[in-house]
Amino acid sequence: MSVLRDLATIVLVSAGAVFFLAGTAGLLRFPDPLTRLHALTKADNLGLGLMVIGLLPQAEGILAGLKLVVVWLLAQLAGASATRLVARAVRRQS
Amino acid sequence: MSEAALYGLCSAVLVGIGLYGTIVQPEPLRKILAFNILGSGTFLLFGVIARRGAAAGMGGDPVPQAMVITGLVVAFSATALAVALLLRLHGAADKADAAQTPRRLGGKASGC
Amino acid sequence: MSVGLALDAGLALLASVLALWVVVARQAFAAVVGFVAFGLVLSLAWVRLAAVDVSMTEAAIGSGVTGAVMLTAVTRLRRMRPVAAAERCGRWTRTISIAASGLVSAGLAALAFSPTDPAPTLAPQAAAALPELGVGNAITGTLLAYRSVDTLLEKIVLLLALAGIWSLARDSAWGARPAPPGSGRRDDTLTLLGQVLPPLGIVVGIYIVWVGADAPGGAFQGGAILAAMWILVLMARLADPPAVGRIGVRLAATIGPIVFLAIGFAGFALPGGFLSYPPGFAKPFIIVIEVALTFSIAVVLGLLVLGPPVRGTER
Repeated sequence: MSVLRDLATIVLVSAGAVFFLAGTAGLLRFPDPLTRLHALTKADNLGLGLMVIGLLPQAEGILAGLKLVVVWLLAQLAGASATRLVARAVRRQS
Repeated sequence: MSEAALYGLCSAVLVGIGLYGTIVQPEPLRKILAFNILGSGTFLLFGVIARRGAAAGMGGDPVPQAMVITGLVVAFSATALAVALLLRLHGAADKADAAQTPRRLGGKASGC
Repeated sequence: MSVGLALDAGLALLASVLALWVVVARQAFAAVVGFVAFGLVLSLAWVRLAAVDVSMTEAAIGSGVTGAVMLTAVTRLRRMRPVAAAERCGRWTRTISIAASGLVSAGLAALAFSPTDPAPTLAPQAAAALPELGVGNAITGTLLAYRSVDTLLEKIVLLLALAGIWSLARDSAWGARPAPPGSGRRDDTLTLLGQVLPPLGIVVGIYIVWVGADAPGGAFQGGAILAAMWILVLMARLADPPAVGRIGVRLAATIGPIVFLAIGFAGFALPGGFLSYPPGFAKPFIIVIEVALTFSIAVVLGLLVLGPPVRGTER
């Protein structure tokens, strides 16, 4: 049972890491601020989400797992708001 | 190489970079930034000393860690005061400029 | 080379590269952004050094609030006159500075590689005296019991910096409201953040102060989060900065040190003198001090970020 749990954690966290890698590659290679924002939201949404889901089997109880999910939701809120603010600033400048 | 030695090396590098930046940067705001890096390197050295003092079931010696927390807050208040002084200085300099001399071309805002 | 050591090497390298970026970046704005990222990488390094309280303080105060102050300064300075070219330093100054900094770094690195053996530590003494305080977190015990004079003086340093910043106001603006942070544009995203985040942030901040008695946390970290929520509300223009001449603002900023000093002077009635707690009854006093301290820290940190008062003579 714990082997299955560890395996699930490894697979999901690695998948999340792949999304983080993709987001970083996009941030470095895309030409435009708006396209770079698009790449960053992938890391925020799916990258962090897969990592949180992968860490849930390792949490020590329901409360700890809930805290992880709340961290993910807060990161999404902050990321989405910051993306919108930056995009508005970019559009205002151009 | 233990982790304490690795972070000790990192703190030495940070202190060197911060010192270089404080001396060489012409703009005061960049000097303040470099000074903060110098401070962070010093705090990291304290952290390495605390880590080496791990005993009695704790991961690190709590006394240097408490001193670093105090130091971080004091460094922030010094930074805030320095930045406020800088903004006031620039405000006063701009007003004196506009009052006395005609518009002259300033140099490019490049670093050293 | 274990996985932990590889992670440490990566963090140390990233921190050094970011520090170099802060010093050599061409634009001041890029340097400030690099500084905020540097602070976050450093807080990860603090976790690796088993100092979670310091990590939270670095993220909240060292990188968060300092970054806010720097960003405000960069945007205001951008409108002002650039540095004249004559102030750039020559090649000789640069070479000598590189040599001097390299010498200092080499000396510190030699210290890091030849540490004293056995390592000096106060952890056993700190852990031994914790049970009679009723506190589980050794760092909270150190900050509020063993070295409580340091914490009191640190709080007074914060107040001194605040007085220094307020004294930079123009005579006509003494006691007025500081300029609100941010650009002032009414933005619905910022309004949403300013309405959704502060309730959560206040709960999280109070929780961090409360749980700091037995787990990583404490008054400074919680106070910094509360200050950040206040600044967010001000930035979203959902409230106005208070006039700093009002007695309520000044009382809120000083209530922490006042309570601390009162309990300290009351300690003269006990053997042990200034700031000693009655044996076995220390925890209630520590909690009272922490509550007052958190409130004061939140108010003072927010006021430090806002800066000197600028508007007219309104009170």
